[in-house]
Amino acid sequence: MSFSEFGQQFVNALGLGSIYALVAIGLAMVFGILRLINFAHGEVLMLGAFATYYYAEWTSLPFLVVAVLGVLTTVAVGLLMERVAYRPIRGAPDVALLLTSLGVSIAVQNTAILRFGEQPKKFPTPEAIEKQVDLGANVQISVTNIVTIGVALSLMALLTLFVTRTQLGISMRAAAENAMAARLMGININTVIVAAFAIGSAMAGVAGILWGARVGRIEPLMGFIPVLKAFVATVIGGFGSIPGAVIGAYILGFGEIYLVALLPGDLTGYRDAFIFGALILILLFRPQGILGSTEPEKI
Amino acid sequence: MLTLEDVRISYGAIQAVKGISLNVGERELVALVGSNGAGKTTTLRTISGIFRPRTGRIVYEGRDLTKLAPHQIVAAGVVQAPEGRQIFGSLTVRENLMLGAVSRRDRAAIPADLERVFDLFPVLKERLGQAGGTLSGGEQQMLSIGRALMARPRLLLLDEPSLGLAPLIVARIFDVIARLKAEGVTILLVEQNARKALEVADRAYVLETGLVALSGSARELAANPEIERAYLGG
Repeated sequence: MSFSEFGQQFVNALGLGSIYALVAIGLAMVFGILRLINFAHGEVLMLGAFATYYYAEWTSLPFLVVAVLGVLTTVAVGLLMERVAYRPIRGAPDVALLLTSLGVSIAVQNTAILRFGEQPKKFPTPEAIEKQVDLGANVQISVTNIVTIGVALSLMALLTLFVTRTQLGISMRAAAENAMAARLMGININTVIVAAFAIGSAMAGVAGILWGARVGRIEPLMGFIPVLKAFVATVIGGFGSIPGAVIGAYILGFGEIYLVALLPGDLTGYRDAFIFGALILILLFRPQGILGSTEPEKI
Repeated sequence: MLTLEDVRISYGAIQAVKGISLNVGERELVALVGSNGAGKTTTLRTISGIFRPRTGRIVYEGRDLTKLAPHQIVAAGVVQAPEGRQIFGSLTVRENLMLGAVSRRDRAAIPADLERVFDLFPVLKERLGQAGGTLSGGEQQMLSIGRALMARPRLLLLDEPSLGLAPLIVARIFDVIARLKAEGVTILLVEQNARKALEVADRAYVLETGLVALSGSARELAANPEIERAYLGG
């Protein structure tokens, strides 16, 4: 691998890892508090991309405004899921929670296929960010990647401020660690759960838009792979730990990109097999992940 | 101030509390003693709204607590330092204390209350920036009580504050409990260490397998030969 290729792949990996991180944060937040693995999180991502697509179709508003509306839509979707599907079964066994989230995921996917059609749609990525920037020395990086990395890092910085400086953010960390103690302290657990869904869904919405811009096309099943990868990232980092999820996401992003770059051509098709093989090894040898605690607590 | 009327609590098919009636008067320190599995912790958690009783009423200053969510019960002034301390190990001591004040509307009074907690437990002031999980067992118990005090309880529920602590620390904790009582905080104290509990309490209830077996003034109960044999190891 030449130096210029290495540099290009580095930015690529950061970009991919950033998207995984945005998705993984929402998974980790919700899991931390509810012990719920929210597979429907991928559908939130998909709906963020589709909402943005349709708002751009219907209006002539600038892309940034359309994207913000798309993200607000995902927040509404996330809150609706919480209220309709997850609140009624709160405290149920883990298996029931998992099956419910799979059910929600499948229901939303199929509704989306019926409403939006199976055919991929061209995502309205603004021309300004579809370009490549030439950094000299044969290194070309796409503006999409730069925007992705910038947006993701800014959101993560905001999230860090939120969970360390605000009462609601600190309450959220407390509830993730010990929900019963949090309730005994007077924390309204519903407020915390709603906030976790709102923030997680907003991040997934942003990820959906960035994914749309990266791939160029969107389709109703587009949420499945990112949420699976985000799930792997949270397992690597330690389920329920937000910093762990982010670290896991970047490890995964780099792993995928460099695996493809380094593997002989006829093996690159097995990229995901390597990734999920690594997941199995992690589950065998360090099931609590990098930052996870060894003693998960339940509500 | 607090009255429980024939409260029954079940987990699935298991009846943990089979009909408890008790009351706690203003400025009183009432102890709930009894062996493991007698239903003491279940009773406290039900008062705090974590569990719902199957039947019966829990009335605090005229309000039925069984209709309120845990955070509303804290806001009403009933605050618990739970069994096993349950401090937030990954949060700093300061964050733990500030979480105790989550339900407070009078934000301006919080710094003064923080000073009061430091006055009771000076060691917490030295540990402010440390993660709660790095504290010793005794310090964690102090943090747990301090955190509850930050909510300005009018009725403080203490669940096994002496559990697993060295005798010297237990004595310190009980000194603080006596001091809080002297300052006018009403306390409902759950303890396996019946001897210690009866020393500080005004009155006590003895729980046995989900029922009140005996009740009376702490002095009477401490002198009762039956109690002496069963709980005081005499």
